[in-house]
Amino acid sequence: MASDNNIGAATGMRLFSELVVLLGTSTRTNDKLDALTRFFTAAADNDKVWVIALFSGRKPKRTVNATQLATWSLEMTNIPSWLFEESYHTVGDLAETIALLLPEAKDPEQDNSLSYYLSRLIEIGSESDIVKKDFILQCWAHMNKDERFVFNKLITGGFRIGISQKMIVNALARTTGTTASIIAHRISGNWDPSTSSFDSLLSESGAGSDISRPYPFYLAYALEDEPSTLGNPEDWQAEWKWDGIRGELIKREDQLFVWSRGEELMTERLPEYQAFHANLPDGVVLDGEIIGLKHRPDLPEKFSPLPFAVLQTRIGRKNVTKKQLTEAPVGFIAYDLLEYEGQDWRERPLKERRAQLEHIVNKVNHPLMHLSPIIPFDTWEELTAARETSRDRGSEGVMLKKKASPYQTGRKRGDWWKWKIDPLVIDAVMVYAQKGHGRRSNLYTDYTFAVRDGDKLVTFTKAYSGLTDKELGEVDAFVKRNSLEKFGPVRTVRPELVFEIAFEGIAASSRHKSGVALRFPRIARWRKDKKPDEINTLEDLKKILELHGK
Amino acid sequence: MLIEFTDRGLYCPQGAFYIDPWRPVDKAIITHAHSDHARPGSGSYLCHRLTLPLLKLRLGDNVYQAVEWNEPVLINGVRVSLHPAGHIIGSSQIRIEYQGEVWVVSGDYKTENDGISGAFEPVPCHSFITESTFGLPIYNWKPQNSIFADMQNWVRKNQADGKTSVLIAYSLGKAQRILPALAAVTDKIFLHGAVWNVHQTLVEAGVGLPAVKKVDLDAPKEIFKSSVVIAPSGAEQSPWIQRFQPFEVGICSGWMQVRGNVRRRNADAGYALSDHADWPGLLSAIRATGAEKVFVTHGFQAALSRYLNELGIQAAEVRTEYGEDEFNEPEKVSET
Repeated sequence: MASDNNIGAATGMRLFSELVVLLGTSTRTNDKLDALTRFFTAAADNDKVWVIALFSGRKPKRTVNATQLATWSLEMTNIPSWLFEESYHTVGDLAETIALLLPEAKDPEQDNSLSYYLSRLIEIGSESDIVKKDFILQCWAHMNKDERFVFNKLITGGFRIGISQKMIVNALARTTGTTASIIAHRISGNWDPSTSSFDSLLSESGAGSDISRPYPFYLAYALEDEPSTLGNPEDWQAEWKWDGIRGELIKREDQLFVWSRGEELMTERLPEYQAFHANLPDGVVLDGEIIGLKHRPDLPEKFSPLPFAVLQTRIGRKNVTKKQLTEAPVGFIAYDLLEYEGQDWRERPLKERRAQLEHIVNKVNHPLMHLSPIIPFDTWEELTAARETSRDRGSEGVMLKKKASPYQTGRKRGDWWKWKIDPLVIDAVMVYAQKGHGRRSNLYTDYTFAVRDGDKLVTFTKAYSGLTDKELGEVDAFVKRNSLEKFGPVRTVRPELVFEIAFEGIAASSRHKSGVALRFPRIARWRKDKKPDEINTLEDLKKILELHGK
Repeated sequence: MLIEFTDRGLYCPQGAFYIDPWRPVDKAIITHAHSDHARPGSGSYLCHRLTLPLLKLRLGDNVYQAVEWNEPVLINGVRVSLHPAGHIIGSSQIRIEYQGEVWVVSGDYKTENDGISGAFEPVPCHSFITESTFGLPIYNWKPQNSIFADMQNWVRKNQADGKTSVLIAYSLGKAQRILPALAAVTDKIFLHGAVWNVHQTLVEAGVGLPAVKKVDLDAPKEIFKSSVVIAPSGAEQSPWIQRFQPFEVGICSGWMQVRGNVRRRNADAGYALSDHADWPGLLSAIRATGAEKVFVTHGFQAALSRYLNELGIQAAEVRTEYGEDEFNEPEKVSET
């Protein structure tokens, strides 16, 4: 995929596809920022709005599905479907596979705007499959390979091209001359790219009309040094780090809104939150954790968290049954106060925000809404000891926040730190491998691991991350030389390579052969020093479940 | 069977010789000088005239016999001739004929004429042994000229930004192939030592190549400013490359066809320029031989042989120990 780096000549979709190619190959943050800035300078306003929407996770509703795309492209390429499959497993991305397989365009000169394609894609949602197919084939017919890839990506969703929302915000700040944190706030929340204009989106007045609009979250970096490097313990507030979904609870103009950190409006999925409505003052924004909770009047903090797996049964569903509400109740652990009486409180010190937050939560007085408990400590040694109890409390570790800190935007160093406990670990052997996606395409990088059960091996988890590129290359070469069987894209591998698998939590699971499900499994290291007969056993895994599986 | 697939490599029992053996044998016929096809330790080597100096460079002193393309020799009654494979300079297909039966071993090949390796010649045969490095329909190369144009634009942009363009290309083959296109946009081309050694060998053998310089390790950094540097794979991760700051890295390999590979290699630019046949190239080459039987080796052999069978061409997979990767071959990256 060559790029001639000549943004300027093209407009519309071509300009956008050149941007995507550039962002995909740039290895330096500054180059990406430059490319985005150039795009925001050159592109039409409507296209800019769409780019902001796409890169901040506002995907248009899917009107053509992946199967349809695959079927129609297969008709055009005239190859057997197994060969299409084989190609897909090697490329690791459907949109790109199709772009590579389609015959060359007949009329590659035409260039329509990005907003034309996106609004047409939305329009054809109500049309017949024949109309949909016609439109897609017509589009492909005048696109080059890169444009087809981008167009297919727009349809299948999931743009992952290595740019963060932060970068979009910085590029917009550069182009418009507005402060980054103001831009971040303006482009968050509930807006529709097909009806918003670029000016109204970025202007004070336009965005002010959205009463559901959340504030950008303040995120913490991991603490890598000893906490004593942070100075005087008196200046710090410590809380437990909960394993749910970070969210904002908003009440404005007598309406309640719940946002997830992924900027998804979750109000309807959490009907139990409506109970907070009556006692919550108007003009309030709370930052907190959306998490499965059990009411425990016997405990000092009055609640205990449920495993993440419980929350998982809820977050995908729009319509929640009574049974689910009783079996998997979701609560809110409040961390911070961002808006009070309609005023932005983010610049005030944490100490002041916390005091007011306590009043608010106490007034709501509901078994599903709690203050994030503050961990009392006078010395760093005391906090270190308290942190050791994290796992027993269903927490992932400790959060440290400077009492004088404002509520900042995005991930920032200095005032807030997360200090997680060491993960649980187990040694396992790799038994299956599959080719990865994206930058790991055509490389065996997705592995399934097993522990020993007598003379059998029992699979218990997959893990995708944790190895360096060099190690991935080595494992890939091993897989290619040591495959025992092929099941579609999966290869059974001679059980020889031993890895230490780290994970954050464990729960009983009837869906898994091993009887357990792990939270955040990843490869901690390659144990080249260990042989497959030295790995852990199913018995070991069950002991960990008993100890930590609640 | 004129060729048997043994654990030492492709063997012709009637002629008692091997083609590109991966273990030492008495008599070896070599398709081309890449190290996975030309290995040390055999009693004697037969190869093309232009492969000879490269074998000497890489394997040292041995018993060698060099021939021209289409210049048959008889080995124990088997008629052997070499024919252009278009892969790299000197690369050849091996045609063997015995009692009216003809087999052709392709070695590595490409069907597009790159202007430097000799144009691939379809050789009619009964049985054809083909490579399949890029044996999937997603591998569909752009014409060389169009890739060269992209590459030249990239170099010009880097020149305008005051950056050095470092191109990663296999030191034998790809490095020489891209030279004329680069010489058209700059007269400041520097070669990594490994590329330089091959380059000198070919120039001494009479191959006409553009003027270049070796990267002098003691030279002041300034002389590399805005130049073009050609280096083998791996050099982009070594400290050696830091002397060219500021620079951009472009990788020339068929694997760059897929985005993920470009991103994995952390390249600033990826050029899907390959010395292997793409999918249409493989199919046209196989059809042109008119072979009744096709043996598919190193690459996507399962996919290609299944597809050939569905087309009605009898095909089977064969396991070999040749590199499946343009970059698989171990190259000496250290400076000498």
